[in-house]
Amino acid sequence: MTTLPTSTQKKLGLVIDLDTCVGCHACVVSCKGWNTENYGAPLSDQNPYGGDPSGTFLNRVHSFEVQPDEGAAQLIHFPKSCLHCEDAPCVTVCPTGASYKRVEDGIVLVNEQDCIGCGLCAWACPYGAREMDASEKVMKKCTLCVDRIYNENLPEEDRQPACVRTCPSGARHFGDLADETSDVSILVAERGGFDLMPEQGTKPVNKYLPPRPKDTMEEFDILAPYLEPVAKDAGGFLGWLDKALDKLPGNSAGGAN
Amino acid sequence: MHPAPSIILFTTLSGLGFGLLTFLGLGMPGSTGFTAFVFFTIAYLLAVGGLLFSTFHLGHPERALKAFSQWRSSWLSREGICAVAALVVMAIYGIGRVFFAQHWGLIGGIGAILSLLTVFTTSMIYAQLKTVPRWHMPLTSPLFMALSITGGALLAGQVQFVIPLLILSAIIQVAYWVMGDSRLAESGSTMESATGLGHIGKVKAFEPPHTGTNYLMREFIHVVGRKHAMKLRAIALVLGFALPLIFLLLPFGHIFALFAVFCHVAGILTSRWLFFAQAEHVVGLYYGKR
Repeated sequence: MTTLPTSTQKKLGLVIDLDTCVGCHACVVSCKGWNTENYGAPLSDQNPYGGDPSGTFLNRVHSFEVQPDEGAAQLIHFPKSCLHCEDAPCVTVCPTGASYKRVEDGIVLVNEQDCIGCGLCAWACPYGAREMDASEKVMKKCTLCVDRIYNENLPEEDRQPACVRTCPSGARHFGDLADETSDVSILVAERGGFDLMPEQGTKPVNKYLPPRPKDTMEEFDILAPYLEPVAKDAGGFLGWLDKALDKLPGNSAGGAN
Repeated sequence: MHPAPSIILFTTLSGLGFGLLTFLGLGMPGSTGFTAFVFFTIAYLLAVGGLLFSTFHLGHPERALKAFSQWRSSWLSREGICAVAALVVMAIYGIGRVFFAQHWGLIGGIGAILSLLTVFTTSMIYAQLKTVPRWHMPLTSPLFMALSITGGALLAGQVQFVIPLLILSAIIQVAYWVMGDSRLAESGSTMESATGLGHIGKVKAFEPPHTGTNYLMREFIHVVGRKHAMKLRAIALVLGFALPLIFLLLPFGHIFALFAVFCHVAGILTSRWLFFAQAEHVVGLYYGKR
């Protein structure tokens, strides 16, 4: 049934730190690598080595330039995948019941055997988290690596989403955001985690941590006394060399002539 | 939004078909026998033909039956159920009219209501989407219903209704365009709200996730049609409303009525193309394309 559960026991989700993300796209690659060969239909590519490549991705990294009123612009890398919204509009629009939100952990999933590929759920998602696979003709989305996080065949440290496991800068965190004492909840509280497009009323579970304020360098220069420019009235060998070179034809001060 | 020909044809043709079925169900015209057969055939060709077109954009049309299951939450599912119910009830009514020269008023009335409900459910598929502010507004359903009823009246030859309906639909159409133009700004969705970075400064898309295009960009970020939007609106108004009005005000002739129908359909197709091509999906904000 594509009505949403009134509440879920857990709210599993991601916390993404925009301060530490370096924009390396390793999460994009590991996500595609894991999800193309595990749960559900593979993530196909069209014309991957041709002039107009495109393909299905469950996680993409945008880069934004933000220009403050004063000072230099900041470049912020912005990973984006399904936010497993509490009030997920993609679930309720589904005509077949293929899209659903799990009561036990709040993960939003697609039952691909029931998906008719109408695309309406992707229309309903403000975040662009759902992509129709051009080859399989079914809707693909982030599963929060549901086949890793509960997988007892994997070593314990691997039981987290592929994107989180692979992130080299520790910008992605996974946990239960319903539990106020969890590491992710504390992180959100301490760093002021926020929702994307709150005006859409989707109540996303995933949170984003804002970039920390840039510190400003005060005007100081302790080395200045030791870095006096060329002595004005140099004596000795260097003084003789300076004068000798001045006497040669050509303009020493202005570079090439 | 990507203006998919299958959806434009589906919404336009089935809207006309269900509009005609509404008038037939109400006994306008109350013809029987072969004349009724022709009217019902046209209505079913349009309504069913439209529904068939709509399956062309499905990835897995063989599973389409599953779409009847989620009427409790999904407008698309409700549309499917309403459409089938309307077609079945109107078929029973049509059999009475064509073969028994009977006007089973109650069945016809129910069929007319179901036909109108079908158009309403179609409109709600679009009007429910908060992600497309131009669709998520009170005039979307009235627009679909007005166009369907007007087209139905035109096909049913109910000239006394057509003239006021054409004027009314033209007013709703213009109001929909005027209101629609400010909907994205009013929705409050901006690149700043999309990224949550507005407290730092003005946000600009620096680099897209990939150098190539993708499903989201193809489906949601259609900017080609915007350039000629005003011209196309004028064309839609002239073809859809002004010319049919003139043809109907001329001394009555079947040939003029036919011209009126063709002009109207061409105008509505233009308007429906704009309905999709001009609609801005908020996901475009992440790509800096709004």
